[in-house]
Amino acid sequence: MISINHYLVLSTILFFVGIYGFIARKNMLAVLISVELVLNAVEINFSVFNRYLYPEQMEGMFFSLFGIAISAAETAVAIAIIINVYRNIQNIDIRHIDKLKG
Amino acid sequence: MEFTLLIVVVPLLMFFVLGLVGSKMSHRAAGVAGTLGMAVAAVLSYAAAFRYFFAEGKVDGVFQQITAFSVEWLRFTDKLHIDLGVLLDPISVMMLVVITTVSLMVHIYSLAYMHGEKGFQRYYALLSLFSFSMLGLVVATNIFQMYIFWELVGVSSYSLIGFYYTKPSAVSASKKAFIVTRFADLGFLIGILIVSYYTGTFDFGLLTGDGASLVLESTAGLSFMGVSVASWAMALIFMGGAGKSAMFPLHIWLPDAMEGPTPVSALIHAATMVVAGVYLVARLFPVYYFAAPDVLAMVGYIGAFTALFAAVIAITQTDIKRVLAFSTISQIAYMMVALSVSGYGGHDGLGYMASMFHLFTHAFFKALLFLGAGSVIHAVHSNEMGDMGNLRKYMPITHVTFLIACLAIAGIWPFSGFFSKDEILAAAFHHNLLLFVTLWVVAGLTAFYMFRLYYNIFWGKAKSYDEHHKPHESPLAMSLPLLLLALLTLTVGWAAPFSELVSSDSIPFETHLEWGVALSGIFVALAGIYVATRLYARGGERPAKIATSLGGFYRATLHKFYLDELWIFITKKVIFKYLSDPIAWFDKHIIDGTMDGVGWVTTCLSSSVKVFQNGKVQFYAFVFVFGTFVIAVWALFL
Repeated sequence: MISINHYLVLSTILFFVGIYGFIARKNMLAVLISVELVLNAVEINFSVFNRYLYPEQMEGMFFSLFGIAISAAETAVAIAIIINVYRNIQNIDIRHIDKLKG
Repeated sequence: MEFTLLIVVVPLLMFFVLGLVGSKMSHRAAGVAGTLGMAVAAVLSYAAAFRYFFAEGKVDGVFQQITAFSVEWLRFTDKLHIDLGVLLDPISVMMLVVITTVSLMVHIYSLAYMHGEKGFQRYYALLSLFSFSMLGLVVATNIFQMYIFWELVGVSSYSLIGFYYTKPSAVSASKKAFIVTRFADLGFLIGILIVSYYTGTFDFGLLTGDGASLVLESTAGLSFMGVSVASWAMALIFMGGAGKSAMFPLHIWLPDAMEGPTPVSALIHAATMVVAGVYLVARLFPVYYFAAPDVLAMVGYIGAFTALFAAVIAITQTDIKRVLAFSTISQIAYMMVALSVSGYGGHDGLGYMASMFHLFTHAFFKALLFLGAGSVIHAVHSNEMGDMGNLRKYMPITHVTFLIACLAIAGIWPFSGFFSKDEILAAAFHHNLLLFVTLWVVAGLTAFYMFRLYYNIFWGKAKSYDEHHKPHESPLAMSLPLLLLALLTLTVGWAAPFSELVSSDSIPFETHLEWGVALSGIFVALAGIYVATRLYARGGERPAKIATSLGGFYRATLHKFYLDELWIFITKKVIFKYLSDPIAWFDKHIIDGTMDGVGWVTTCLSSSVKVFQNGKVQFYAFVFVFGTFVIAVWALFL
């Protein structure tokens, strides 16, 4: 039997893998994928809490659906930005994107 | 008499027109417009004078103070409010005539004198501004309006002295004139505040009316450092007058003010602005006489000393305009003395009337002298006596008119100066013998230095002038004012029944020539002229020999008794060093230091915070996550 704890462990691992990837990876595409991991971890949490705590309601599920839609849009925007960055500096290493520092 | 407001407003209008669109006008148009404006003001003034003196002014044999126009400008309390208006009484109407006449002459004269100068339109705009301010000053209904216009006069004089603003000497002269008179005006303002604090009014009519009883009652029994409050206030007000009228030791600005164009000197520094101080004392005369007789006596001694002092300096100066400047100082001091020896009412008020009379005649002959000097300078292109000589053959009109003015200032019958000077001497003779003797000596010195000037310009050794630049008579626009002023100089002395028009209590009285005093005056003047003739008419070496034999005294006089140096010493070495410098140091190091310190701390803080702002997105994310982690731990376990 899979308990709520299994789900939560999975989502926690997923979340911190995402955080680690976001902070540590140099390729902007990899950073973007890491962000998706964080989002997915959150969506799992939404679904799981909804399923186990309030089975007769559907808000958590819908939140997950919204999250998926938003992350799709966000990915599209982010990839557009990355492509433009690449066109400008022929590079997508995130360490080079620091022109806006104070 | 409401139309008298126009006398003041027309020049103001001309100032705005010439000041705003003057640069778009041709020189000729601007000059003619300014002159026409002044001519309108002059005609209106004559009409006002005629109607005031011969029709409306006198009621039951007493000249009334007529407030022709008044508007409340600023109200403090029901009683204490500042009005702007037009006050007509014998002296203000007389001043209107003097100012507009001289100003009109100067306007006409300048058409030729300033011909082709850069900034011609600006010159005329400023002349209009000056005329406006001076007219506003004399018709002031209250002491605060007078103060406002007093400062306006100072400002317009400043800009006219500094007209050639590319010349460093003109710039420093204008600054000097402004700062010295402004310093004196500080006293004036404090005096006004004291008077208005106690009496609760600015109005001249209330202050001077009824034997200055308002001032006497409101300050009765009050004294400060052993001197009554009324005396303090009047002495401070006199300080303002002494600054504008170039009384010792505040006279230092006037000789330097000769850096301005010569017609300006004729208008401002001979006929109008410099007599503002005399006018001020005359305006407040009842207050001085009844409430502060000690101050009035002090005015007399300061005046007498100034008269003598300036006359002595005038003897040695070689710049012709400076000679005239010192003679102006000396003559204005004469008027001050006349006021101080005056009584109140009837024949006792002879000094008051004599002072105003001398102001009236002096304005014309001194303007004539300055304009004549301007004509000479125009022909010779130099201010120095050494570059002149024998000019009577080249400039006959200037020569004759200048001679008339010299005779007038020397006090020779029947020129106008004789009559007014005689009244002053008579008034002094009956009041204070010491002052009389001083003035008598000054009269002799005046005749001497004026004829020294005259001979040095028009006689002397035959000077060889450059063939191509022979001096020539000035154009009509310049000689016409000379002739008109000469005509006035010849006539106003005996033609105007002055004591019938102007008197200390506004009640006409009769004066008679006192032949004893008059003859002694003429005698000393003739003596002065005789000595000058012997020394200077033929040129020669004798004056130089006398100068050498006088040695140190001559040099001291030539350097104006080192008063400029003394002032520079006092300001630079004492005030600047021991007062201004420490204050400047305090400002620079303590005040600015505090402000700089605040800025410095902010900079330090921000540069230490700045390192976080390194542009690395992942670093930001790390800080964010780490911060969240810390907060989470803190929230869970603490």
